[in-house]
Amino acid sequence: MMLTMASSPHNHSHKTVSRVMLTVIAACIPGLIAQVVFFGFGVIVQLTLALITVTAAEAAMLKMRNKPVLPVLKDGSAWLTGVLLALSIPPLAPWWIIVIGCAFAIILVKQLYGGLGYNLFNPAMAGYVLLLISFPVQMTAWSPVVSISANDMNLLETICLVLFEQTSSGLSLESARVTIDGITMATPLDSIKQAVAQGLTVNEAMQSPVFGEHSGLGWAWINGAFLLGGLVLLQQRIINWHIPVALLSVLGLASAIGYVFAPGQEAGTIIHLFSGATMLGAFFIATDPVSASTTNRGRLIFGASIGLLTYLIRAHGGYPDAMAFSVLIMNMAVPLIDHYTQPRVYGHGGQA
Amino acid sequence: MSNVNTIIQEGLWKNNPALVQLLGLCPLLAVTSTVTNALGLGIATLLVLVGSNVTVSLVRNWVPKDIRIPVFVMIIAAFVTVVQLLMNAYTFGLYQSLGIFIPLIVTNCAIIGRAEAFASKNTASLSALDGVMMGLGFTAVLVVLGGARELIGQGTLFDGADLLLGDWAAILRLEIFQFDNQLLVAILPPGAFIGLGLLIALKNSYDAKQKAKQLQVAPEKAPRARVTSLS
Repeated sequence: MMLTMASSPHNHSHKTVSRVMLTVIAACIPGLIAQVVFFGFGVIVQLTLALITVTAAEAAMLKMRNKPVLPVLKDGSAWLTGVLLALSIPPLAPWWIIVIGCAFAIILVKQLYGGLGYNLFNPAMAGYVLLLISFPVQMTAWSPVVSISANDMNLLETICLVLFEQTSSGLSLESARVTIDGITMATPLDSIKQAVAQGLTVNEAMQSPVFGEHSGLGWAWINGAFLLGGLVLLQQRIINWHIPVALLSVLGLASAIGYVFAPGQEAGTIIHLFSGATMLGAFFIATDPVSASTTNRGRLIFGASIGLLTYLIRAHGGYPDAMAFSVLIMNMAVPLIDHYTQPRVYGHGGQA
Repeated sequence: MSNVNTIIQEGLWKNNPALVQLLGLCPLLAVTSTVTNALGLGIATLLVLVGSNVTVSLVRNWVPKDIRIPVFVMIIAAFVTVVQLLMNAYTFGLYQSLGIFIPLIVTNCAIIGRAEAFASKNTASLSALDGVMMGLGFTAVLVVLGGARELIGQGTLFDGADLLLGDWAAILRLEIFQFDNQLLVAILPPGAFIGLGLLIALKNSYDAKQKAKQLQVAPEKAPRARVTSLS
């Protein structure tokens, strides 16, 4: 009998990078389906463009850096970036929006820092913020959900609109955004912000047709679907519970406190938790293994800070949603958090 | 003469204040949204740098070591005031568009850095040359960065050149691209950081290539140590 001497670790979870990344992408599927149901085929078109762009950008950069192209591409991290960015931008945005965002995310934010594992910032969110500050008009042009939209567009028309900024029947992006009432609508979070700025109460703002019973029409379902996908990730042990739980509980707590003090001007906890990018951010974006904190206590601090920042910017800042900004700000703090939350090594330090 | 050559090379390339010393980044990042602004601030900095270098060099033997920094700062501040008043008088539009960044030249570390590192130890003529070269190197980086940001952000070059050079310069304005949507990030502060980072990377990779080439040209012969004694 041969006894082989192997060094530790002796037991392995068999979670390769590509398996982790592909599981995360798969867990996005419920949310993706929900977005297609409520916002039409634009999401699919954006997703296709995003995947093409990230693959091309990653391959070109790897080639330039003299790294093996295929093995790195196959780990799927670039595709995940593309998927997350495609899910974050307005579904009917012109094609160059997603192309610029994906190229920036992969080339500057990821590869120039050294590729997967070295990037300081979450590539998808850095790309999103670049787009948001560069093209505020296009990036806030969310179309209304399909059920209250004046135009029911098929796949072909959507492709035309994204690629040529006009459908075959001559609809422009502006006219495609018109609701059945003949007016264009902001997203739920944006409408609350605008209404409060005009002196209305949140309850009055929620009379607008972009809202359903408790939260934004459609948005609640989309967030629910991402929550479902996130729970699958937790069950599969792809992500730890610390970041999403800390993030959601602090966001919920902060918005509840805000609601108690100013019920007229503050959106309640339900709206905060089930609008915008909350669930996508909590389970899929803040938990990025590279740019998030890596110690358990650090993860709690990281998630809680993102939740608090998101609430503060949403309720008192200049932007309607803030997941991307909060994640980027906390990405910068990660080295500091990790430094101060090092777990005690067994047998060293501690009491007595 | 080799001394002069070294000063020229150091200022323009090897020890460029913006790309290598990374000094004076505040104005560099803040005003390079157009070529005109960049050129205006670059020339202003150049003038101050030459003036302060010459003056510091002239008084270097009479300034006690312990209080040299305050003295240098006073000299620089005097020159900045001169330049500021000149710009206020002759290029008022540019004076307004550069705003606070003209008086802030006083705090540009590139200037105090050269006064301390070079002018306080060298003769006036060499210091003047150093000021000119450092100033030119700084201006060149400002203009390149300003050009890139203006081109990407607005699609133009030399927009508003008449503010700096007089009315005839309005014809210099080039419209290279016509955007429906500007890439605002290029004009906003993040664009300056990203742009400067890329410029530094470009310079470093060029230098690394040059170095590799030089090494290839003269492969070193393996030295042989003599182990047996001669006698």
